[in-house]
Amino acid sequence: MALQGLLWCVGALLAISVAAIPVARRRWASPAVYGAALCSSIVGLGLALAALLGGGALLGALTLPVGLPWLGAHFRLDALAAFFLVVVNLGAAGASLYGLGYGTHEEAPGRVLPFFAAFLAGMNLVVLADDAFTFLFTWEFMSLTSWALVMAHHRRAGNAAAGYLYLIMASFGTLALLLVFGLLAGPAGGYAFEAIRAAPPAPGVAAAVLVLALIGAGSKAGLVPLHVWLPLAHPAAPSHVSALMSGVMTKVAVYGAVRIVFDLLGVPTWWAGALVALLGGVTAVMGVLHALMEHDLKRLLAYHTVENIGIIFIGLGLALAFGANGMRAAAALALTAALFHVFNHSVFKSLLFFGSGAVLTATGERDMERLGGLIHRMPLTAFTFLIGSAAISALPPFNGFVSEWLTFQAILVSPALPQWLLKFLVPAIGALLALSAALAAACFVKAFGVTFLGRPRSDAARDARETDRWSLATMFALAALCLVAGILPGYFIDALAPVAQALSGAHLPRQGELDWLTIVPVAQSRSSYNGLLLFLIIALAAGLGAEVIHRWASGALRRSAPWDCGFPDPSPATQYTAGSFSQPIRRVFGSVVFRAREEVSMPPPGDPRPAQMRVRMRDLLWDAFYAPVESLVAYVADRLNKVQFLSIRVYLSLVFGALVALLTVLAVWQ
Amino acid sequence: MDPLALDVAHLLAGGLVLVSFMLLYQDRMTGLVNNFALHALVVSLSVAWQAHIQHAPHLYITAAIALIVKAIVIPLALHRIILQLGIHRTIETVVGIGQTMLAGIGLVALSIMVMLPITARAGTLTQQDLAFALSVLLLGLLMMISRRNAVSQVIGFMSIENGLILAATGAKGMPLVVEISVAFSILIALIVIGVFLFRIRERFDTVDIHALHEYRGEQP
Amino acid sequence: MAIALQLLVQIGQMALVLALAPLFAGYVRKVKAHLLRRQGPPLAQPYRELLRLLRKDVVLADSASWVFRVAPYLIFAATWVAVSLVPTFAAGLIFSYAADVIAIVALLGSARFMLALAGLDVGTSFGGIGSSREMLIASLAEPAMLMLVFTLSLLAGSTQLSSIAASMQASDVGLKFSIALALLGLIMVALAENARIPVDNPATHLELTMVHEAMILEYSGRHLALIEAAAFLKLLLYVSVIACVFFPWGIALSGQGPAAYFAGIGVYVLKLAAGGFVLAVFETAIAKMRVFRVPDFLGAALMLGFLATLLLFVTMAG
Repeated sequence: MALQGLLWCVGALLAISVAAIPVARRRWASPAVYGAALCSSIVGLGLALAALLGGGALLGALTLPVGLPWLGAHFRLDALAAFFLVVVNLGAAGASLYGLGYGTHEEAPGRVLPFFAAFLAGMNLVVLADDAFTFLFTWEFMSLTSWALVMAHHRRAGNAAAGYLYLIMASFGTLALLLVFGLLAGPAGGYAFEAIRAAPPAPGVAAAVLVLALIGAGSKAGLVPLHVWLPLAHPAAPSHVSALMSGVMTKVAVYGAVRIVFDLLGVPTWWAGALVALLGGVTAVMGVLHALMEHDLKRLLAYHTVENIGIIFIGLGLALAFGANGMRAAAALALTAALFHVFNHSVFKSLLFFGSGAVLTATGERDMERLGGLIHRMPLTAFTFLIGSAAISALPPFNGFVSEWLTFQAILVSPALPQWLLKFLVPAIGALLALSAALAAACFVKAFGVTFLGRPRSDAARDARETDRWSLATMFALAALCLVAGILPGYFIDALAPVAQALSGAHLPRQGELDWLTIVPVAQSRSSYNGLLLFLIIALAAGLGAEVIHRWASGALRRSAPWDCGFPDPSPATQYTAGSFSQPIRRVFGSVVFRAREEVSMPPPGDPRPAQMRVRMRDLLWDAFYAPVESLVAYVADRLNKVQFLSIRVYLSLVFGALVALLTVLAVWQ
Repeated sequence: MDPLALDVAHLLAGGLVLVSFMLLYQDRMTGLVNNFALHALVVSLSVAWQAHIQHAPHLYITAAIALIVKAIVIPLALHRIILQLGIHRTIETVVGIGQTMLAGIGLVALSIMVMLPITARAGTLTQQDLAFALSVLLLGLLMMISRRNAVSQVIGFMSIENGLILAATGAKGMPLVVEISVAFSILIALIVIGVFLFRIRERFDTVDIHALHEYRGEQP
Repeated sequence: MAIALQLLVQIGQMALVLALAPLFAGYVRKVKAHLLRRQGPPLAQPYRELLRLLRKDVVLADSASWVFRVAPYLIFAATWVAVSLVPTFAAGLIFSYAADVIAIVALLGSARFMLALAGLDVGTSFGGIGSSREMLIASLAEPAMLMLVFTLSLLAGSTQLSSIAASMQASDVGLKFSIALALLGLIMVALAENARIPVDNPATHLELTMVHEAMILEYSGRHLALIEAAAFLKLLLYVSVIACVFFPWGIALSGQGPAAYFAGIGVYVLKLAAGGFVLAVFETAIAKMRVFRVPDFLGAALMLGFLATLLLFVTMAG
């Protein structure tokens, strides 16, 4: 029942997409399209929530007579799909609401509006797909529509190259997924997911499928080393589309990985868990280190997406390792942590991208080194961006902390694992997780501090104005959701219970009925957390402190120039920049990971030119993986280019040779 | 076995691994030599404790040799060599100290992963001693390959021998003859190395291996 | 009725730590002065400093925003709540199940986040120095702290400080080397987080090598009083955590009567005195490190945590 409703919503989105093509240039087209997308997403969100919380009553499957004639198009709504549909439609609703305000500034609506609705439709369809063909078709549809959105402003510098790289990586990922489904379906060719579930593959095939699934889905999610397209493509798109790509499309990729590895592959092996968790840990640290070196606001956020995907995959890897050893309760804990982080990340990443979009429209700048002091000009945007920054830095009482805390609890259960490699690897991954969380906090102090605090570094920052009310409404709604999910995590964990039950065979104990709304993942004696109580006592303590001070302390306040040790400099160039803020971290970590070297060129005495400091960094992953591939492809292409310039006689002899070879094969094979 | 005895043995063996890490952390010459004296002291205490709980009196002699020769005589000799050679006092490392210590942790994990399954049928005491002894050995080797300075390489070499002593006592059967011969061979090796260091220093005014490389006649 | 009593004890603990924190800081200063053969300021001097600051005007820079004005209250509240959740004289208090040690460290992280933002708010270079170095030290201290928490969780089977204290008191843990390594690692992390020597110098102002003092350079009046109080509370927190985990004897467990609470308070004050003395001796005995030796220092703490975990795995396998 709910499934039909969702398919109708998808149909509506496709219809909007087609209808938007001829009318995109009109003034009413943008609010109409975004408003219709908003309605459709809210309906979809409601249906998906009802299906998730309804306890199985609204789930179901459906086959439509489209697509391949002997296969049809299978769709299924189960607990996992319902949860991811909640995530997708929540993100879509947010982006549509934001687009109502942001879309008025769009300079090429004809390139954005049709593909926006189609992109939403594609993401919904991927989550609902229940056979290999539908899955791959909708996956490619999602990639192509998002590529079109990335290329919307193709005349801007760097966007065309970003789109090209995105297309290559997306095709490469789809190729890997094609091989995955080919291996899973086997020689009998049963492409429906039900058939695949009924026939689990042999261990060697399962290993190959796992690696290929990690390559295919991981490249779209942003796992290292396949993440290189993400920081180029996500910022190139318009801001609400960036939010969708980072916050939602990467989660659809995670859905793909979870569906293949947890659902279709059968019982996992322990080394699979070790591999996934290790990849996740490395991705998390590499993502955040790259983010610290960036001073483009949107690229910084895109690299943070890579980091959070790493955190999600750490949880998934732990769930695999626990599942392989039969520790179901621990697997449920790890899986719940990872899925809760999926939800949390989509919320606060969308919020942060919306904030950066607001900054971009207000100032025209993405470069933090040219912003500053925006908190005075855009106070509401600054407030919501601060909440988003605190949430993504895993600070209590917000939601990012709860999902990271649950992941840590899963790591702390790991000494019960029997394999020695896992026993040593998981604490090391825990240390990597803690490092990435701390570096993320550092990075967001930099991002918020350099962009919004301090003094304005350019005229654009000085003359900024607050954004429109639609954008602000969206951002405030998402910020409120961050706080609610952090204070009342028990209800969210309960909502995830059917998903964990389906995938790992167990679920966390019911949290909603515990005293005082605490959450207890394993046992009361072991650890517990109460976000609501913490929030209340912090508020009470702050209120008490403020009350005492205002009653008995001096209330006087006066403004003056900054103290700055007695040498205040009126030029805003003397304050810390993004590059200088991250210099200690660049020196400690960057000199190893990026070969970061600082070069200072001083003119000789008497020369009035300024001294210059340049920082040289190399992306070692690009040099190790991509540059050789690039040169190999160029070499092969050069060689093959000679085929273009042969004579007629040689072409005829090629045809003749192919014909003779085929006939020989036919003769031999008889 | 009495749990307290086991705990003390664990304390001393684990302490030896910790002191090996402290050797990796040092970046000054005098601190390194003093740390090595501590290393030898801990190993002699460990051997003495093993003598007590295994009721093997000949191990007391091993402990005494380790204490006198390696904790007192050799460090004093090294201090004098350093003063006479006039070597500069900081130790250059090939990679940073933090990375060296992370590699050290990896090596300890590796030796535990290797040793514990192999010695599963032996007693707890032997398991622990062998695992930690292999760690100390690998850490000594790590120190030798990550330092540019000849004196620090000598100290790494001798800390390897301390690890071997721990292994031998843990395996319950180190004859005194073997111990004396091993100790003497180390001492002779040290004397020879010291003589060579003096000659090299006289000739080239440095014992930095990187600089000495150029004089080999091959490309730098 | 029982809940009202428990609430009373919890509020009593919150008041106790707030009252003791400046006294502890004054005590450490006094001991350091005596070690340097000086008389030193009186023990109650920090109270007088806080009162003096509360009575003064706030001088606010022109470019300061609401973040600058709100941050001291949030920092104070977060730190005070974090200290209240640590078992000082009694374990198992009514709020203590709201947060385990990971959450307590994260609360301190929230306070540090706001403080770093306040350092960047006015737009001067001193604030930037303090904020960027503070975030470097924090990013290195967190993995070390997590490994130590992992070791404690292996030892005591829990990350809830009350449960850890109870199981360490039960003394079936034995004399394990890993406990000593974990203690050493926790002391190193505590020194780094509280801006004590050898990581930072709490006694000087106006030096380019300082971290905490640089971030709060622009603060004055009641705001500065709140931040100083938060710094005192943070030091008390770390000493209390060390006392609660590694020297848990004397902490009243849940179910014991009021007499046990009073005895617990007495033992707690003695533990603070001992801890303060050791801290003062240590700070007097060694010099401050170069900033870029701090990563090696915290890397050593991380390594100690790893080593403690590995050694525990070895003993547990045997």
